[in-house]
Amino acid sequence: MKYQETTRSTHNFEECMKCTVCTVYCPVLQVNPLYPGPKQAGPDGERLRLKDPFFFNYALKYCMNCKRCEVACPSGVGVADLIQSARIRYDKTPPKLRDRILASTDFMGSLARPFAPVVNVVTGLGVTKSVLDATLKIDHRRSFPKYSGRSFEAWLRRREKEQAAFPEQVAYFHGCYVNYNYPQLGKDLVRVLNALGVGVQLLDKEKCCGIALITNGMSKQATRHARHNVAVLRKAVVDGGLKVVTTSSSCAMTLRNEYPALLGVDNGDVRDAVTIATRFVFEKLEKGARLRFKPGYHKKVAYHVPCHMERMGWGVFSEKLLRMIPGVEFTLLDSGCCGIAGTYGFKKENYEASQAVGEALFNRIRSVNPEVVACDCETCKWQIEMSTDYSVMNPISILAEAIDI
Amino acid sequence: MRFDSVIIGGGLAGLTAGISLQEEGRSTAIVSTGQNALHFFSGCFESLQEPPQRMQDLFAGAGVRLHYREGVRLMPLGTFRPAALALADIDLVPVPHFADKVLIVGFAGFQDFFPAFLADGLAREGMQCRTVQLELPELERLRLSPSEMRSVQIARTLDRIWGKVIREVKHLLREEDAVVLPQVFGLQDPSVPEYIRQGLPVRVVFTGTLPPSVPGIRTQLLLKRRYEALGGTYLAGDEVVTAHIHGDVVHGIATRNLDSHCLEAGHFLLASGSYFSKGLKSTPFDIAEPVFGLDVVHADDRNAWYDTDFFADQPYMQFGVKTDTALHPLRDGQPLTNLYAIGSVLGATRPEFGFGAGLAVRSAFAAVDQILESL
Repeated sequence: MKYQETTRSTHNFEECMKCTVCTVYCPVLQVNPLYPGPKQAGPDGERLRLKDPFFFNYALKYCMNCKRCEVACPSGVGVADLIQSARIRYDKTPPKLRDRILASTDFMGSLARPFAPVVNVVTGLGVTKSVLDATLKIDHRRSFPKYSGRSFEAWLRRREKEQAAFPEQVAYFHGCYVNYNYPQLGKDLVRVLNALGVGVQLLDKEKCCGIALITNGMSKQATRHARHNVAVLRKAVVDGGLKVVTTSSSCAMTLRNEYPALLGVDNGDVRDAVTIATRFVFEKLEKGARLRFKPGYHKKVAYHVPCHMERMGWGVFSEKLLRMIPGVEFTLLDSGCCGIAGTYGFKKENYEASQAVGEALFNRIRSVNPEVVACDCETCKWQIEMSTDYSVMNPISILAEAIDI
Repeated sequence: MRFDSVIIGGGLAGLTAGISLQEEGRSTAIVSTGQNALHFFSGCFESLQEPPQRMQDLFAGAGVRLHYREGVRLMPLGTFRPAALALADIDLVPVPHFADKVLIVGFAGFQDFFPAFLADGLAREGMQCRTVQLELPELERLRLSPSEMRSVQIARTLDRIWGKVIREVKHLLREEDAVVLPQVFGLQDPSVPEYIRQGLPVRVVFTGTLPPSVPGIRTQLLLKRRYEALGGTYLAGDEVVTAHIHGDVVHGIATRNLDSHCLEAGHFLLASGSYFSKGLKSTPFDIAEPVFGLDVVHADDRNAWYDTDFFADQPYMQFGVKTDTALHPLRDGQPLTNLYAIGSVLGATRPEFGFGAGLAVRSAFAAVDQILESL
């Protein structure tokens, strides 16, 4: 027994029984026959790669890192982790300029923010899209996220005192999206947490969680971000005794799981304190906290569980929270990938596959015909809003809209 | 989080219990460690004595049609086995001779289906066979990754172009009075096998492929959808790490994903499956039930665990958790009074509930009835 426990292989790859269940749930394999699939790319390929790195297959870049293979695996194999680790270890091709641009979400954000009105108009123009398509191979059919003129950090910093007055405190890892593109989500979170008597603090200068750096072959930069973020999390969690909430499922998964599994950055002393906002709020309400809701509120909501939320197993918190809101008519969408997978769907070579993956979800949304789709992931939001006529709200924003203060 | 009942295991036993309890207005959660044996499901239950109306009703509610007919079914390698209850697309024939001349249709590049074995087997029963490989341009793209040309990938394509399959097979038919096709139809749309049957002028027999099983996965998708539509909470890809037990009562369980967030319930059902699903764990020295540390019926002598004849019934497949008459499993000889063991974690210790898929469903019903009566 002891022998077997101490010889557990990295990402548990020897546990693979070749049952092929992962191949059933891989969204890429369904649309792109060039991709060898999770079983081949993961545990099967690992066996060969350990023998000789020559066997590394460059088609592994088609993996979206959605991790649905890991959720499906009956044997606990870290299939997606095996694939991403192999890319980090063996793929030495320098990332293209385009991939660098797409992956550097915080750098691009800080660059674009001061000129947001101009940037938003320019990136919305057909001619810009054609140029980006021709020069950088960013697909012209994509819509780009809009930038906000004022950052969330600046907004919250001006409210530091007011927030500090609340009896209970949390730190907020807002991520690039809330900071540069959509500060309203951060404001919604502050509204909800304040209503529960909780004040919101910034971390001591967070950096992008780095998920896009990992999938775009920039693991060195990602590791730097990870070390920095774990240090600032430690300050808040270990020194400050705070919990840290996020409103992005991908940021949460990266901070908790990807840092140790893919980048070798130990987050053991902070991991448990990092949580998603819907879980934090749900647990508060479960322990007896009360929120006042607007009378007569009504909304037909269809909830889409983002892949990384599914991997963390936390969709249940967002679901239960939404179901608690009086007047919410709730439908759980059949879990399936929307196809965007962060920066993946922005690339010209992936556009068609990306839309084909999402088709089942889009059709399901159309058949439910909700007033709004709820989802904890920003890139799912872009994808669903671009591909259907429905708008997408974070569950926290729906809650913020429904409460009466 | 608190539920009326928490079910450990999201396969056939767990989903049957979950759906039945939700239908009675009970709140439940299912904790599922990865996907389950439905992905290898033949589509058949073992022989039953009487028509199982309750099973059929439960499945029908989820959109899964079952039919009952004492007979035999064609196995993937051309033999026949007795069966009585099966998914609607699995043929049950009274005797192992369903036609005089049979056309066996495979798909070019698909290696998980064995027409030559089938032809041999059918010839033994006096059926004359002809084998063809259908080449469809729509399937050609799958051959780019030949090792991944599996039943499920084919089914995804054929679900869209089943009309074409009918036209092609019609064209190939000469004087045959039956067609054998692999089970690669109706992954998303359960009606596709029926469309194929209606579209062809001869008898159609669908036969199993190597895993994954298309009818099995379809069943899993529909049962899970039904469970969630009834308000059930399905926690996929999670794993129970500790159970909180006081005396003879289980109070809650903690899972890997929900860490400190305990799942509490009045009743628990252990539907964690056999060795493959890690419901039972064998080590070089012992066979254990990992969640609650239950007593397991097994031979002490390791040499008695298996038969050196590979094809013999293997003794280890009989092993399972020890239960009292009410399906409460024993722990250190004492029953846990609000826990029920159902499905293949029981091994062959409760033959009165049958085996395989039949055991899963019938033991689940038995546990559900007791839970509902106790209220």
